[in-house]
Amino acid sequence: MSTGPLDYPRRRLGMDQDRYDFAMLETRPPALWPDGRPLAVWINLALEHFPLNPSGAGFKAHGAMTMPYPDLRHYTLRDYGNRVGVFRVLKALQEHAFSASLAVNAELALRYPPLLAQLAASGHEIIGHGWNMDRVHHGGLDPAIERQWIEDSLAALARWSAQPIRGWLSPARSQSAATPDLLRGAGLEWCADWVNDELPYPQHTAHGALWSLPLSLELEDRFVIGENLHAEAEWADQVIDACEFLLAEARGLGQGRLLSLSLTPWVIGQPHRIGHLERVLRHLASRRALLWNAPPSTILRTAVAAPATDR
Amino acid sequence: MKSDPGLYDYWPYVGRPALRWPGNARVALWIAPNIEFYEWMPPDNPKRKPWPRPLPDVLGYATRDYGNRVGQQRMMRVLDRYGLRGSVSLSTAMLIHHPEIIEMAAARGWEFFSHGIYNTRYSYGLDEAQERAMIEESMQLIERHTGQRCAGYLAPALSHTEATIDLFAEAGGLYTCDLFHDDQPTPVRTRSGRRFVSIPYSLELNDTIVYVVNKIEPRRYGQMIKDAFDRLYAEGEASGTVLCVPLHAYQVSHPHRLRSFEEAIDYICGHAGVWKATGREIAEHYLEHHYDAALAAMQQAAEPGA
Repeated sequence: MSTGPLDYPRRRLGMDQDRYDFAMLETRPPALWPDGRPLAVWINLALEHFPLNPSGAGFKAHGAMTMPYPDLRHYTLRDYGNRVGVFRVLKALQEHAFSASLAVNAELALRYPPLLAQLAASGHEIIGHGWNMDRVHHGGLDPAIERQWIEDSLAALARWSAQPIRGWLSPARSQSAATPDLLRGAGLEWCADWVNDELPYPQHTAHGALWSLPLSLELEDRFVIGENLHAEAEWADQVIDACEFLLAEARGLGQGRLLSLSLTPWVIGQPHRIGHLERVLRHLASRRALLWNAPPSTILRTAVAAPATDR
Repeated sequence: MKSDPGLYDYWPYVGRPALRWPGNARVALWIAPNIEFYEWMPPDNPKRKPWPRPLPDVLGYATRDYGNRVGQQRMMRVLDRYGLRGSVSLSTAMLIHHPEIIEMAAARGWEFFSHGIYNTRYSYGLDEAQERAMIEESMQLIERHTGQRCAGYLAPALSHTEATIDLFAEAGGLYTCDLFHDDQPTPVRTRSGRRFVSIPYSLELNDTIVYVVNKIEPRRYGQMIKDAFDRLYAEGEASGTVLCVPLHAYQVSHPHRLRSFEEAIDYICGHAGVWKATGREIAEHYLEHHYDAALAAMQQAAEPGA
């Protein structure tokens, strides 16, 4: 589409694309959680594989190799998350009795079956997370190739998941214009890439609605600690502040709210950081009577099941 | 290209005629929510890429859309609590895309000023006729949809040409937010010679600069606003000062950030001598009571031997 600097072909009521309708969180029919609890809590762990020889096609995801080949420094630091960090995070979740979802780069299922066995045994919900962190879904990618990536990813994870895989997080949260159509076409029910909301809302696809279940980027450990370079204790304060803010807003407005927390084992699983995650979990546990912690597909079904939000 | 924009002469902070705000306030406080629209598929600009990732940049687009879906109402509730009206730096395409947000702001008596059409359309590369047409259309959209005569301008995404300030003054504007050279309003020299002023709009306290560029922690942002206020309040006893807090609902309204902003506002509003103003009110007060004296004093300051 060639447009001049003063041409505005998509200037119209609502959004300038057709993927979803504009609707403000506060004026939508509210989500209501079980037992009248004001705040749902969703925790996601991203299990990521960063190849030593990235193509960089599209762009390099944050965390990808940056040094001249072979970048052993970054390769092994990322691999640390899958060998060591993830087990610290899983233990912390278990000690505080939190359920979570596990977004798994599917290549890990081929590379590290013992990791997948441990993940499957944890009982947390497994969701798709693309093939690896170098296969970034992006505009310009042939849709046939992208469809194959999605199918390969779901097939590799299927044997490790007790339930059909319902959710998806794209590597680096990147999409092509076709990604939601392809995800829904592959049988997925929801996607966590879009950070434009705090509660689920439907996106239109060629195969019916794909629910967008937003996973906060701005509170993500990798984003706050790895990109903003804030101290670990600062990150923990931010999560706790968000929890308290959302609790107060939910109670003030009588609308359910969702705290989504994105964790990255190669970041938060380091020995000097895990204690800060534990402080966050202790805080959440201290608010247990007001919180509803559940796997994301359960949270989505509950939010959507409220008659008023079923549209 | 010029080595100096030529919009103002050097005029030191010390030795100026005293500014007096209504009610003898020390500080004029104005809150400038940027209510913006970023396009899904913006055209290429020769000087600046709208999005860092290949299009569609879902992450960047969704990050901005969060402000409109979630953040605006949250921010409005905080400002309501303290009787603060926003002076909206408006991507004027918002009047067409999301009139429900504009109506909520208009119902609160907020001011709307122009921030271009879209925040993904930069002034770079526009010739003078194109930039004039863009500015005039943005002002007409504000008047048509809200009934307000647009008084202020902040160039879209802070993208300027050599003509930007001249063009806005010629289009009938009263004030610009594009200059960060002072903590007080100052006359601006434009080629039309119209009475036209700069109103301080703090880049350093702009939440997007704070969070995205300087990557500052949320609690520290609140402390920065308080510290700025304390100093401007102290100095404002002798001569009025301006504290502007520019906001973006896609930044400040996140659940881990809004409380810190509210604590700062709560602190400021607990002081006597704070004029809760809009950009237009500050500009009009200054033009009526201080502009001429400032021009005379500036002339005198430029000729220290005279």
